[in-house]
Amino acid sequence: MAALDTDIRDGVDRETVETVQAMSGTYKYGWSTDIEMDYAPKGVNEDIVRLISEKNEEPEWMTDWRLQAFKRWKQMAEPEWAMLNYPAIDYQSQYYYARPKSMAEKPKSLDDVDPKLLATYKKLGIPLKEQMILAGVEGAEDMPSEGRKVAVDAVFDSVSVGTTFQAELKKAGVIFCSISEAIREHPELVKKYLGSVVPITDNYFATLNSAVFSDGSFVYIPPGVRCPMELSTYFRINAENTGQFERTLIIADKGSYVSYLEGCTAPKRETHQLHAAVVELVLLEDAEIKYSTVQNWYPGDAEGRGGIYNFVTKRADCRGDRSKVMWTQVETGSAITWKYPSCILRGDDSQGEFYSIAIANNAQQADTGTKMVHLGKRTKSRIVSKGISAGRAQNTYRGLVSMHPKAKDSRNYTQCDSLLIGDKCGAHTVPYIEVKNNSSRVEHEATTSKVDDDQMFYCRSRGMGEEEAVALIVNGFAREVLQALPMEFAMEAQQLVAISLEGSVG
Amino acid sequence: MAVAQTKLDLTETRISALAMPQSKGWAQTARAEALARLRAMGLPARRDEYWRYTDPSSLTQAAAPRAALHVDDEAPIFGEIDRLRIVFVDGVFDPAQSDDLALTHVTIERLSDVMAKDLHWAREHYGVLEAAGQSPVARPLAALNTAFASDGVVIRATGIVEKPISLVYLHNDSASDAMVHHVVRVESGASLTLLENGPAAARFNNVTEISLADDGDFHHIRTQGRDHERRAATHIFARLGARSQYKSFTLTGNGVLTRNEHVITLSGDDASAHVAGAALGDGAQGAFHHDDTVFITHDAERCESRQVFKKVLRNGAVGVFQGKILVKPGAQKTDGYQISQSLLLDEDSVFLAKPELEIYADDVSCSHGSTTGAIDETALFYLRARGVPRDVATDLLVLAFIDEAIAEIADERLSADIRNRLELWLGRRRQG
Repeated sequence: MAALDTDIRDGVDRETVETVQAMSGTYKYGWSTDIEMDYAPKGVNEDIVRLISEKNEEPEWMTDWRLQAFKRWKQMAEPEWAMLNYPAIDYQSQYYYARPKSMAEKPKSLDDVDPKLLATYKKLGIPLKEQMILAGVEGAEDMPSEGRKVAVDAVFDSVSVGTTFQAELKKAGVIFCSISEAIREHPELVKKYLGSVVPITDNYFATLNSAVFSDGSFVYIPPGVRCPMELSTYFRINAENTGQFERTLIIADKGSYVSYLEGCTAPKRETHQLHAAVVELVLLEDAEIKYSTVQNWYPGDAEGRGGIYNFVTKRADCRGDRSKVMWTQVETGSAITWKYPSCILRGDDSQGEFYSIAIANNAQQADTGTKMVHLGKRTKSRIVSKGISAGRAQNTYRGLVSMHPKAKDSRNYTQCDSLLIGDKCGAHTVPYIEVKNNSSRVEHEATTSKVDDDQMFYCRSRGMGEEEAVALIVNGFAREVLQALPMEFAMEAQQLVAISLEGSVG
Repeated sequence: MAVAQTKLDLTETRISALAMPQSKGWAQTARAEALARLRAMGLPARRDEYWRYTDPSSLTQAAAPRAALHVDDEAPIFGEIDRLRIVFVDGVFDPAQSDDLALTHVTIERLSDVMAKDLHWAREHYGVLEAAGQSPVARPLAALNTAFASDGVVIRATGIVEKPISLVYLHNDSASDAMVHHVVRVESGASLTLLENGPAAARFNNVTEISLADDGDFHHIRTQGRDHERRAATHIFARLGARSQYKSFTLTGNGVLTRNEHVITLSGDDASAHVAGAALGDGAQGAFHHDDTVFITHDAERCESRQVFKKVLRNGAVGVFQGKILVKPGAQKTDGYQISQSLLLDEDSVFLAKPELEIYADDVSCSHGSTTGAIDETALFYLRARGVPRDVATDLLVLAFIDEAIAEIADERLSADIRNRLELWLGRRRQG
């Protein structure tokens, strides 16, 4: 376990330091599954793009779409504006497609499933019943469920291993399947919405993803339906030197609601691995999506060897009036995090929220934040970002709040706080604020003393110190957000709640 | 990253339109080095991250866009203040209108005279602070100035200077393109107040390099004139010694384009830097675009910095604030504060801000805030309910909004002068 060789200064309690140590010093999911894999040849070119498309049995329009993206990608340059330092990535020295051999044909019963694959899910802490379904067993859906239901789509390297509760969801009209299945089964929906939020020309990593994404999740919630259970995707990178490129598309039709959770882990490897995902959310009138992420990719060791390079494009398009999206992210893993879940508030009275806790330790670097683009009237957004840096880590909040001329009477509130533990790490804030009408109000704060004044007054009048009161309020907020996470994230969530944000700096 | 060919072409076009003043020895070297710096980075272009919110093309094109002369019937600002006046007309020193440059505890020399000398203390400063300020962000217009500046003053304060030195910039030629470069040295225990006012030229490129020795004290109050069509790009590079104090305030009334950059490094322990600005922008008399770009580096312990910027914008005026606090490793006990606020008086005005923090030390207290919105209707209602007409009430609230920035001026006579000027401007505006 990597020790934090730092003095603990006043204002930071020992518990906080120890919790941060505990979280990043011991990576619980660093083991790997020794399983036979089918690989596509190393590197990326047109043939690889065609091969991935072929493996997924995609129609021609989809292959063309990918090739168009690949053509574009070749003309693009990797962005350099983030406060991230890493050696140049050799895009030709890794595998773009890796599938367990046993997944070549879907197993019919538990006996047919590769026990190693089964053991992997067991070890990751996914409930047994779900595990059976995850391993691709047909019929397990009819088993009685215990406690709260969470439907899971599990992605293992390049392929979706299985999706649980599909039958029950189908009764409600909800489509929850892998994106490769959706391309085959629901081409009209995919054709209409894929790339409509994050176009293939969007940015370097998103364009690469558009060309080579191998799998991911697809969700469609029909009008007026409140999804009967939480949906979740669990991403596991296992193979060495393999990049994971998954694509998620969620469509919430008029008046629908869904809560979606995303988790990810990877084994300890000496070399860096690339993960470039794209998540697109489409919200029609009165729809609501809650999207929560616990990102716990392998962060690399104390010296910065290994770890995932995480370049993710996530965007929600609030197309319909009164639609609402909430991004919650707990970022603890990855050697490099480059991620800006955004909200396009196009519909009148639409709302976007972004809550983030980013923890970077050792040699980790995180450049993360959000974009709130206000286009519709009376749109509201709220950003609360907490960054914690320790060791030699660099943690940057980068955000954009843009009020367009037509976004009359809109509102944004942004708060970002950072905490540094030790004098060798860095915490940075890079907000962009663009206001083009005067009936909107935009506030950006980065002072701990500006936690809700009423709550502060309440705590202070009961004899609490200011720091203590701030910690209580912030923790209270964190608890509320983290409680929404599914059980496989419970361990991390509980540890995070223990972290106080005393001694914060903007 | 290689500089794009279009940028290099732009830079060479600009350079070829200029003549480097004849200097010798150290001054020639300083100019040649600045020119090499400029060529290495190229002039700014719209796609540069640092020029994201301000189009630099009119500042970089070879010929200055014409700026009609503004007939100003107002009494000159600082008129009641006992000061030593140094007058520049379209960027050229005018001895006839200036006071005698003799004053106790300070030496004032013309830049061209200083550059003609084989040995001068200014060689340790001219272009040196500017060169240091080119990293981590390039400021090509400042390098251009160091290479080609044709005039300026070199000021060295050795004790408490009894009255302010006042630089008055007159604008008499609608096509003037002025490049002025000043060097200020405040010695240990010395104190100096520098006033600047006037539009200066159709296009004004100004660099001031300020070096404060330990326990030095420097105050700077500037107003940028009322010519609606003038353009200005100013850079202040300041390096602060231990326990020194730096205070700067800028009031901007009008101008098609203003970019004011402050690059301040707190390099001695316990130093303090306050930078404040107020801009009243009205797009009715032509475009108004005002950009405050501030970069404060904390490189010593227990230093304090404060940035207070207020903008009141109407009729399509554009306000920009790019502020940064960089706390270097080891700069413990830093106290950094930054606030940028803007009041948008109508639907057409725009405020763009990028308030940044970059912190590499853990025992610091840094905060920033930024707000944008319309005038407080409740406050307006309160005043109107007490019989104050709407336009007067609005102006009262505008004055109150700006006052936090004006409060950064230590000298009460000077802050009163600024307040009176603001009231006058607002009053005249009300009466049409």
